[in-house]
Amino acid sequence: MSFPDRKETEVRRMLEGPHPALPPDLAGRAAERGRRMLHRHQVVRTIGWLLLLAAVVAFGVWAAIVEPWAAPPPTDTTPPLEGW
Amino acid sequence: MVRERRAARDGRRAREFEAFVAGAGGRLLHAATLLTGEPTGDTEAAERLLTAALARTYARWDRLRGEDPYDHTRRTLAALFAHRGHRYRRPRGGTLARLTPQERLVLVLRLYEGVAEEQTAAALGLPVERVRAICTRAVTAMRSAAARRDTTGTPLSAGTRPSAGTSSSTGTPPSTGTTDTTDSRATPGATGPGAEADAGAGVKAGADGGAGAEAGAGAAP
Repeated sequence: MSFPDRKETEVRRMLEGPHPALPPDLAGRAAERGRRMLHRHQVVRTIGWLLLLAAVVAFGVWAAIVEPWAAPPPTDTTPPLEGW
Repeated sequence: MVRERRAARDGRRAREFEAFVAGAGGRLLHAATLLTGEPTGDTEAAERLLTAALARTYARWDRLRGEDPYDHTRRTLAALFAHRGHRYRRPRGGTLARLTPQERLVLVLRLYEGVAEEQTAAALGLPVERVRAICTRAVTAMRSAAARRDTTGTPLSAGTRPSAGTSSSTGTPPSTGTTDTTDSRATPGATGPGAEADAGAGVKAGADGGAGAEAGAGAAP
């Protein structure tokens, strides 16, 4: 296993070249972009919650008006059976 | 009350993030520069890539839950690069300019960042054998390039692999750049094509095995 390791070490040394200088405003730019992203996520989440709330309220109002559980049971669905 | 707490959290996040970038930014930028294949002096694309990755880390900062922000940024960087890899096919004269974007990605993750083979494979959605083959091929290409540079004295950035130039000039679709398995480049070196053939056979065997298992499952009832 020493042969490929030696090769890899050689390439690893090639990769460790001179480091580029980090621009001083990069952190600020990234933070600003991240803040905007975060804000967008929060807006989307708020809209989602509001939609869910509206759906629940609409269902409650509809259920209170129509009262689907109070429908009469279907008693006379079969015709009367006579004459046998 | 809520607003004050939020402002305090924003301030703390901004301070922590700034400290993180001040500490890890140089290394991350070097990794991004290696990925984009740019020379050390001109790192515009690498900065753009790193800014996008860091912005995602910032947006996730409060929900990292103990995860290392460096790991998260590196993973995001690799994912962004894999997604946009075809943009960086053109050689720009950096250390890894002669490699394909996929080879650069595997080499940076495996050798520069020291990510384990299995994790690299999982991050890139490739089989482990394929990652190993790509890494071997990239190492061979890098070493042969260095040897050639030592003997002829030409700078590393001057040469590009001849087939890379022809494939881009004949209009190969760029989207195949990161995933092509039948790359018929004449890699100088003995281990390159053999390792590639091994990986191809492994993938094929896996596919056959899957088909066989499927057929067996279909025939069972």
